[in-house]
Amino acid sequence: MHPAPSVIAFTTLSGIGFGLLAWLGLGLPPVTGGSAFAFFTIAYLLAAGGLVASTFHLGHPERALLAFTQWRTSWLSREAWASVAALLVMAVCGAGAVFFDTRIPALGWIGSALCILTVWATSMIYAQLATVPRWNTPLTPVLFLSLAAAGGALLAGQPDFALVLLPLSGVVQVIWWVRGDRALADSGTDMASATGLGGTGRVRAFEPPHTGPNYLMREMVFRIGRKHALKLRTLALLLGYVLPCLLLLIPFSHVFAALAVGSHLGGVAASRWLFFAEAEHVVGLYYGKN
Amino acid sequence: MTSLPASAERKLGLVIDLDTCVGCHACVVACKGWNTEAYGAPLSDQDPYGADPSGTFLNRVHSYEVQPEDGAAQLVHFPKSCLHCEDAPCVTVCPTGASYKRAEDGIVLVDESACIGCGLCAWACPYGAREMDAAEGVMKKCTLCVDRIYNDNLPEQDRVPACVRTCPAGARHFGDLGDPESDVSRLVAARGGMDLMPEQGTRPVNQYLPPRPRDQLDQMEESAPRLDPVIEEPGGFLGWLDRALEKL
Repeated sequence: MHPAPSVIAFTTLSGIGFGLLAWLGLGLPPVTGGSAFAFFTIAYLLAAGGLVASTFHLGHPERALLAFTQWRTSWLSREAWASVAALLVMAVCGAGAVFFDTRIPALGWIGSALCILTVWATSMIYAQLATVPRWNTPLTPVLFLSLAAAGGALLAGQPDFALVLLPLSGVVQVIWWVRGDRALADSGTDMASATGLGGTGRVRAFEPPHTGPNYLMREMVFRIGRKHALKLRTLALLLGYVLPCLLLLIPFSHVFAALAVGSHLGGVAASRWLFFAEAEHVVGLYYGKN
Repeated sequence: MTSLPASAERKLGLVIDLDTCVGCHACVVACKGWNTEAYGAPLSDQDPYGADPSGTFLNRVHSYEVQPEDGAAQLVHFPKSCLHCEDAPCVTVCPTGASYKRAEDGIVLVDESACIGCGLCAWACPYGAREMDAAEGVMKKCTLCVDRIYNDNLPEQDRVPACVRTCPAGARHFGDLGDPESDVSRLVAARGGMDLMPEQGTRPVNQYLPPRPRDQLDQMEESAPRLDPVIEEPGGFLGWLDRALEKL
């Protein structure tokens, strides 16, 4: 799949942003006043900024409100509802904490639940697609949710939780990769089933429909970037999980905490690049690719 | 509404005969010609006369080589367009309701005025039947020429999809695949019509007829021993010339 920068930025930033909001909703840390303002500002910049970035890849962003209509069937529509609900509820919590030194625990819990729901809905947009076997697994929501929880804990200044959740999400990440590497082969979809010609013999793509590329090939038969997959995976693991843990283990300073967050974001972005670049869409089989 | 109809009254669709298709791409041209000036946004081209041409097509013809265990390889031309699936995954993922499947005839369509161009339906389609138009920013797909098949202004023989009307080999057939007595249904039954990627669970309406078994040309016995060369040495005038030239 084509790794569109807007979608990578959206899933990376909004994931960690909603993760942070979820922790703030739980009252971890129990901030009020000026420090609450700082925490909520960062969380909203990440979460809402990610949502805005996601509209950059739309052909008609001016019709984006229509995306709220089909929540009965569409995970993308459910994500729209969940994200707006989460941002609204957490805005009330944030206003209470910042301006009135008041925390409303029940509302915070609802807000946290909505944040988790948002990340889950985001992950289900990918996990629902049988056409991309690498994504089509319950492990995808587990990966997105564990990453949001770990990154959120890191940003929320919860080292005890972060030191558990970061290694945990690292393990989920590795399992997701290992399963993903044989997902297409295990899916049962191949050139034989795509063309229905497998009964006659071995099928090979002889001629593509046109001499030039097309939307399908640019969007779904993207293969650049897989060459360095192993290096990028190593980088993602080191930056995203190992280095932040090490930085949390040494005595606290704001510089090291910022470094840990930056390193984590870089690692998650690398992992998210691979999430798209390595994902094989079955339509590639019609072009003899994958 | 992006919920799929419980069942379509009719299942209009295509039957494509892989045995007969000669790979001329006439259906591709006819499709683009009709649909670029009919329903919805035109099918735009980018850099059409330049070094890197590309464009939107609702129908594309692939060609595959099939190599049996024994015998010669076969070339199969393979037209591919929307299969108007009964369990169309492209419809249910649509967040805006732009994609829908009609209950009355099963045709899957896009309301382009409601399409935000997110591209998720193209991701959900295993067949590559949907293409985002680069100029218009909306999703384009085969409409089964919905503006031809019910069009009273056209002569009756033209009330079929443009690809079917134009196919010079008679490899494309249009009809109601929900009616077991229709011509297309009987054709599918007689020729062993098949679903593409049945394991994806999309239940496509369009059916493909597999190529018939080929003659085993490369396994033919020679009917008579090959003839020996009639003459080893040229004689007569040519023989004299040959010898004379040899001596020079």
